[in-house]
Amino acid sequence: MPALLEARGLKAYYGPVQVLHGIDIDIAEGGITALLGANGAGKTTILRALCAMVRREGAVNFAGRPLGARATEDIVRLGIAHVPDGRGTFVDLTVEENLRLGAYTRADRAAVAEDFARVYGYFPRLEERRRQQAGTLSGGEQQMLAISRALMLRPKLLLLDEPSFGLAPIIVKDIFRILRAINRESQVSMLIVEQNANLALDLADHAYLIETGRVAVGGAASAIRGDDAVRRCYLGY
Amino acid sequence: MTAFAHQLFSGLAMGGIYAILALALVMIYQATHLVNFAQGEMAMFSTYIAWDLIDRGMPYWAAFALTIVVSFLGGMAIERLVIRPFANAPVLTIIIVFIGLLLIFNSVAGWQYSYTIKTFDSPFPARSWFGNSFMSSHESGAILVTFAVLALVYAFFRFTPLGLAMRAAAQNPASSRLVGIRVGWMLAIGWGLAAAIGSVAGMMAAPIDYLDPNMMLGILIYAFAGAVLGGIDNPWGAAFGGFAVGVLENIAGAYFVGPEIKLSVALLIIIGVLVARPSGLFGRMLVTRV
Amino acid sequence: MTPMTIVSREPAALPAKPILGLDARLWRRAAWALLAITALGLPFVASGYHLFQFSQVLIYAIALIGLNLLTGYNGQISLGHGAFFAIGGYTTAILVTKLGVPYWATLPVAGAICFVAGFLFGLPALRLGGLYLALATFALAVATPQLLNYKGFDAWTGGSQGLLLSKPYAPFALPLSPDQWLYFFCLACAALFFWAAANLVRGRIGRAIVAIRDHPIAAETMGVNISFYKAMCFGVSALYAGVAGALAAIVVGFVSPDSFGLFLSLSFLVGIVVGGLASIWGVLFGALFIEFIPNYADQLSDLFGESAKALPGAIYGVLLIGLMYVMPGGVAGALRSAPRLFSRLFSRAKHG
Repeated sequence: MPALLEARGLKAYYGPVQVLHGIDIDIAEGGITALLGANGAGKTTILRALCAMVRREGAVNFAGRPLGARATEDIVRLGIAHVPDGRGTFVDLTVEENLRLGAYTRADRAAVAEDFARVYGYFPRLEERRRQQAGTLSGGEQQMLAISRALMLRPKLLLLDEPSFGLAPIIVKDIFRILRAINRESQVSMLIVEQNANLALDLADHAYLIETGRVAVGGAASAIRGDDAVRRCYLGY
Repeated sequence: MTAFAHQLFSGLAMGGIYAILALALVMIYQATHLVNFAQGEMAMFSTYIAWDLIDRGMPYWAAFALTIVVSFLGGMAIERLVIRPFANAPVLTIIIVFIGLLLIFNSVAGWQYSYTIKTFDSPFPARSWFGNSFMSSHESGAILVTFAVLALVYAFFRFTPLGLAMRAAAQNPASSRLVGIRVGWMLAIGWGLAAAIGSVAGMMAAPIDYLDPNMMLGILIYAFAGAVLGGIDNPWGAAFGGFAVGVLENIAGAYFVGPEIKLSVALLIIIGVLVARPSGLFGRMLVTRV
Repeated sequence: MTPMTIVSREPAALPAKPILGLDARLWRRAAWALLAITALGLPFVASGYHLFQFSQVLIYAIALIGLNLLTGYNGQISLGHGAFFAIGGYTTAILVTKLGVPYWATLPVAGAICFVAGFLFGLPALRLGGLYLALATFALAVATPQLLNYKGFDAWTGGSQGLLLSKPYAPFALPLSPDQWLYFFCLACAALFFWAAANLVRGRIGRAIVAIRDHPIAAETMGVNISFYKAMCFGVSALYAGVAGALAAIVVGFVSPDSFGLFLSLSFLVGIVVGGLASIWGVLFGALFIEFIPNYADQLSDLFGESAKALPGAIYGVLLIGLMYVMPGGVAGALRSAPRLFSRLFSRAKHG
C-alpha cells in the first residue's frame, strides 16, 4: 500500500541554522507513526517542516501529490491537521468557537455538525464546557480541545506534537486511549512526536528515532520496543 | 438645567463619532499592535468622496453606501500595498509610514477639493425629532447611526464565520494558519473595515461644523483619548470611552476651560489615563515577566 | 513584528579595510574639514534668502540632535517636540518684546525653561511605552497651537497675531549683514550643542542611555537609575528643542501659534529617521531634508498649476514611505554600509 505521506531529503532551517539534515520518512495510510528522540533532536521541527511553518527544502508527497511550495494555510486544506506543541488554543475564544474554527475551511454544514457530535462523544467534558473561555480550561482539557479542533477538519493525517507534555499520567492515558479509538473508528492516520517513548511505542505501529536532525533508526514499533540495544542507546531504558 | 442637558446630548452625539473612530483604531490595534495615526485623514478623505458624489447629484444615502464600499476597498488596498512591505519593520519606521499616509491624504484632499471649506448637509430633516429641545435632528441621527454601526460590527464579529476568523487571526496568527485561515487577507479586511467605519464617522462629523481637510485631526485626538480611556485592546471599552470623552469635553468646554482649548482636555485625559491605569477602564492588564 | 530595538547603531570599531588606499579615519577627517570649510564659507557665497534657509538648517539640526538623544539613543518616541520648540520661541519673543531682554541672553532662559518642562513631561512619560508615548506626544503636538491661541494668555503671547521681533545687527560693528551674523550665531550654537551631545553619547551616560533603550531590565539590575535617566533625556532633548526654537524666533523675527503646528513636530521625527537614528552625523542630513525637500516639493507642485498648493505634502509623504522602504536606517545607516559595499566592490575587481 502506498504511503499516505512520503518525505525524501527533508531539510529545515531556523534562520541560517540548519536543523534537519535530510529526513526520509513514510507514513502508512491508516497507521500511527511515532517520532522519538532526545530533546532538541528535531522532532518538532519535522512536523513544522511538513506544515511549511519553517524554511524547508526537500520533497514531500501527500496522497500521491507533491506539497511543493504551498503555504501552511493551503497544506491544511489538503487534509493535514497539526496539533502544535503548547496546544495553540485560542485562549480568548470559547471552546465551541475553537472547534468551529477547526472546521473553518469546510463547506459541508451537515458533516461538520456530525463531527461536532463525534468530538463531543470522545470528549464529553468539552461539551460541558463548550461556552467557556478556552483559556480557563485545565491543561488536559486544553489538550483535548486541541485534538478536537484538529479533528474538526476531518483530516486524513493528524500531526501531534508532544500530546503528553505537562499532563498528569492518568489524563495522558485517557488521551492516548482515545487517540487509538479515533485512529480505528475514523481512519485518521497519525504522526506523533513524543518524548515519552514507552507510551508512544505502545500506541504506534511504526516508529522513527531521530538524532540531531537525522533518522537513526526506523521500523515497526514492536521491533523497536523489543530491541534492547536500541532501547538502551536511544531511549534510555 | 436644559442648557446642561443640551450640552450632555450634543456631547453624546460627538461622542458617538469619537466612539466609531475609536473602534476603527482598536480594530487595527488588535490585529497589529499599531495605532493608525492616519485613520482620521483617511476618514476625512472618504468624506470628501461622499461630498463629491452628492455634489454630482447622487442621493445622500446612495452616496453614503457607495462611500463605505469605496473606503473598504481603499483600506484593504492600503494594507496590502503600503503597510504589508513593512510587516517586520521596527515601530518607528512604521510610524513614519503612517505619518507619510497622513500627509498624503491631507494633501491630496486639499489638492483635489481645495482648502476652501465646504458645507456638508445633514441627511436628517431639519426639524428636531419629536420637537425636543435637547438635540438637533442631526445630533439624534448621529447617535442612532453610531449605535447602528456598533451593533452591526458587534454582530459581524460575534456571529459570522469571517468575523470569528478575523478575531482568531488577530489573537493567534500561528494557530490561525493551522486551521487554514489566510492571515494576510484577514489583516487586509480588518483595515478595510476600519476605513469603512471611519468614513461613517467622517460623514457624521462633517455636517456639524464644515468640511475641510483638517477637520478630522482634532476628532482623531478625541478618538485616541476615548480608546485609551476605554482600553485600547477592548473595542466596546473604546466605544464607551468615545462617548465618555464626548460628554467630558463638551461639559469641560462649556463650563470650565472654554471651547478654545478643549483639545488640551483630551490631552490631559490621555496622559492621565496612561499614567494612572494604562490598560484603561476595560482593557486587560498586561504583566510582563522579567 | 520586531520589538522596539532600533535598527541602526553606532559601530563599535572602525572598518579595518582601507578604501582607495586611505583608511577610514582619514576619510572622516577629510569629511570634517570639508564640512567646516563649507559651513564657514557659506555666508560669503550664499545670498539673503538662501543664507536664511541654511540658518534654519542649523536650527533644525540642534532640535534634531535633542530629539535623536531622546528617541534614537534612549528609545522614547516623541511626536510632540514642536511643543518645546514653541515654548523656546515664545520665551525668547516675550522676553525680547515685553521685557527688553537682549536676544542672546534669552537663549539660556529658553533652554532652562524647556529643560524643566521636558523633565516634568518626562515624569509621567516614564510609565508610557513606545506606541503610547507616541500617541500622547501626538496629542501634545495637535493641542499646542490651540493652547498658544488661548485668549487668556493673549496679553503675553499676542494671541493669534503673534509677536514680532526686530532683526539684531552684528555686534562690535563687524562687517556682516544681519543675515550673515545670525548665520554665524546659529553656527556657533550648533557647533557647541553638537560637541556637547557627541561627548555625552560617547561617555558613560551615553552608554547608560542606550542600555535603557535596548535592555531596560538588565540596565536596572546593573544599577542604572532608569527613571532619572529617562526623565533627564526628556529634559535635555526639550532643552535642545527650546534653544532651537529661541534661535528660530530670532532668525525668523516672528512667532505665532500657526508656526508651531503638527507638521513641525512630525518634521522633527521625520528628520531624525531620515538622517538616521542614534547618529549625530545623520542629524545634518535630516535637517537638510526637512528644510529643503518641502521647498522642492513646493516648486515641483507649481508645475501642476496653482491649485496644486497642497501637493508638496503628498510628494513629501510618498518620499517618506519610499525612503523607509529603501533606507530604513536613514542616510547615516546607508552611509555606514557604504564602506563595506565599496570594499567588496573593489576587492572583487581586484580578484575578478
